[in-house]
Amino acid sequence: MAETSMALRSRALVAESRHLLFTVAPGAIWIFVFLVLPSAYLMGVAFMTTGPYGLPEMPLSLDSFRRLAGFGFLGWSPGNLYTLLRSLWQTLVSTALVVVIAYPIAYYITTCREKWRPIMLLVVVVPSWTNQVIRTFGWMNLLAPGTPLAGLAESVGLINPNMGLYPSNFAVTLGLVYNFLPFMVLPLYAAFEKLDTAQVQAAQDLYASPVRAFWHAVFPQTLPGLLAGTVLVAIPAFGMYVIPELLGGGKGMMLGNLVANQFAGSANWPLGAAGAILMLIATFIGLFAMRRVGKRLGGGEEVVI
Amino acid sequence: MTPSTMAPDTGTREPGTAQARDIDRRDVRQASSIDLRGLHKRFGKTTIALDGVDLTIEAGEFFTLLGPSGCGKTTLLRILAGLEEPDAGSLRIGDRDITDTPPHKRSVNTVFQSYALFPHLSVRDNLAFGLRMQGIPLEQRKAKVAEIADFIQLGDLVERRVDRLSGGQRQRIALARALICEPNVLLLDEPLSALDAGLRGQLQVELQRIQKRLGMTFVFVTHDQDEAMVMSDRIAVLDSGIIQQVGTPSEVYEHPVNAFVARFMGHDNLFAIQRSADNWVDTDLGRLQLDPAQQRSEQQGWLLIRPETLELGGDVPAGYNRLEGIVKERLYRGSRIEYRLEVNGVTLMAVASNLGQRLHAVDDRVTISVCPEDLVRVAA
Repeated sequence: MAETSMALRSRALVAESRHLLFTVAPGAIWIFVFLVLPSAYLMGVAFMTTGPYGLPEMPLSLDSFRRLAGFGFLGWSPGNLYTLLRSLWQTLVSTALVVVIAYPIAYYITTCREKWRPIMLLVVVVPSWTNQVIRTFGWMNLLAPGTPLAGLAESVGLINPNMGLYPSNFAVTLGLVYNFLPFMVLPLYAAFEKLDTAQVQAAQDLYASPVRAFWHAVFPQTLPGLLAGTVLVAIPAFGMYVIPELLGGGKGMMLGNLVANQFAGSANWPLGAAGAILMLIATFIGLFAMRRVGKRLGGGEEVVI
Repeated sequence: MTPSTMAPDTGTREPGTAQARDIDRRDVRQASSIDLRGLHKRFGKTTIALDGVDLTIEAGEFFTLLGPSGCGKTTLLRILAGLEEPDAGSLRIGDRDITDTPPHKRSVNTVFQSYALFPHLSVRDNLAFGLRMQGIPLEQRKAKVAEIADFIQLGDLVERRVDRLSGGQRQRIALARALICEPNVLLLDEPLSALDAGLRGQLQVELQRIQKRLGMTFVFVTHDQDEAMVMSDRIAVLDSGIIQQVGTPSEVYEHPVNAFVARFMGHDNLFAIQRSADNWVDTDLGRLQLDPAQQRSEQQGWLLIRPETLELGGDVPAGYNRLEGIVKERLYRGSRIEYRLEVNGVTLMAVASNLGQRLHAVDDRVTISVCPEDLVRVAA
């Protein structure tokens, strides 16, 4: 009796491991081939020497990191540091603007009648179905010199005559905000939809003014959505290539452009790899900080990032 | 709540004990009367929620708003809380006119039907929310939370998150969260409707005890007439935005003013009055003698016969009405027996306490004694 149950159990174990193998293996292989291997390769390249045609060569060296930090043949230049700071600043500003714009939109959609809500969400999402490059070209046409928007900015005195609103850092911010808005609206909408309106009334009933009812009863409950949205917006924005390339011009370059240039134009693979690693590290630091903030403000609720 | 009024009730109240002193201090506290005048409220263009409500609720009273869904009882409660604005009319609590006071400036707290606890806060922070919004310092908040947790017997729950609690526990916390603010008036919006029958009965008794001990004015909304009768000092029955009757449970149950109230209180035996004089009425049952002392001015309307006042079988006492009927159906309910009788071709319900007497069988012919004093005329 005992033996049969043992045999049964071991057979179940075999079946289970076989099941695991078939279900997990394809994904694991995929991740290994297309994520782990290239990342490891990138890491390796970053620590190699740049050859005459920009390709990585032995021996190993920290040369590309030195160059990334700004030390070149002509001594130290702040160009790359500016690019890093500009990337961080653009990410910060555009994410903050996206939050400010998306928050009321998401709230407004939840107050609409139930049958209208999917349509409103669709209106928010549909533009992102168009190719990003095409949409960015659209902004170029809207912001170029001589367009009504540029004319308006001129007449208010924001820009010099015939300058146009692009290329500029402002155009990049605008492009980033426009591009990433749906990624903030959706998680915030999900958070708002879960919220029971009776709780807002309960807060007011418990002596909270409308403003305090918002801060103490509504805002903390939308925080998981807000943080999820921030991750969805800030990380891709930090590494954005297309928008600064098209709208930024020479003075609007971000880290993504710096890296891309090393693999394409100026051909310096190890430097590009080092840049990519820098981006990765900055991203992880940002994620870690966000988790900490989420745990502190989330009132014990696990904020999944 | 002062610490002594918050002490758990340990038993009988004797003069000179802490309990008796509680009562003295309680009287100093600020239970408030409520005065509603000419309240109107409509939603959209067609839905009339309140159609001219005048009502006075005494300080320290357990007052129930009773009615079917859509009768306006919840709207009335929400107007008291300030969550809804009346289109017309005025509203006073104590000697203050609060018609235009926003909810967060009213000394009124609500126990919501869905409880509306804050899921992002622990039980402790839920309880302390009202105190925190009033700017009460942390030390006092802690003391009060400990007090209320003890009072409502949820001591070991305070650290938990609210979404890990049972329905009954949430209900208690919703109640405690409102009570901790020591409002002049506590509003309860069907707070027991989500609970199962056993727990509900238990909490009905408990709520009533808490109200009596604190001497606070409670305004309770329900659609359950049994619940209303068990708990209330007075009941207002509402229908279509109009108060139909206000009275003690026995007044509303035994002397409903109209057919709606009678039906809503669970009465089946209503018979249209065809003709009437001072001391008799003609209905489908035949002519019945009435107690002239109970005359009402209206001559038309309905005759109410409470099933529990009928006596089946045996001799008909002198001065009683005598009816003959056939048992059509018998429902054995344990403590009582319900009979569906047919008298002159109409159905009459009778309820007898199960005292061990011989039961009447289906198809039995029985004599029915009806005391004239138990017959009540009800307006249409």
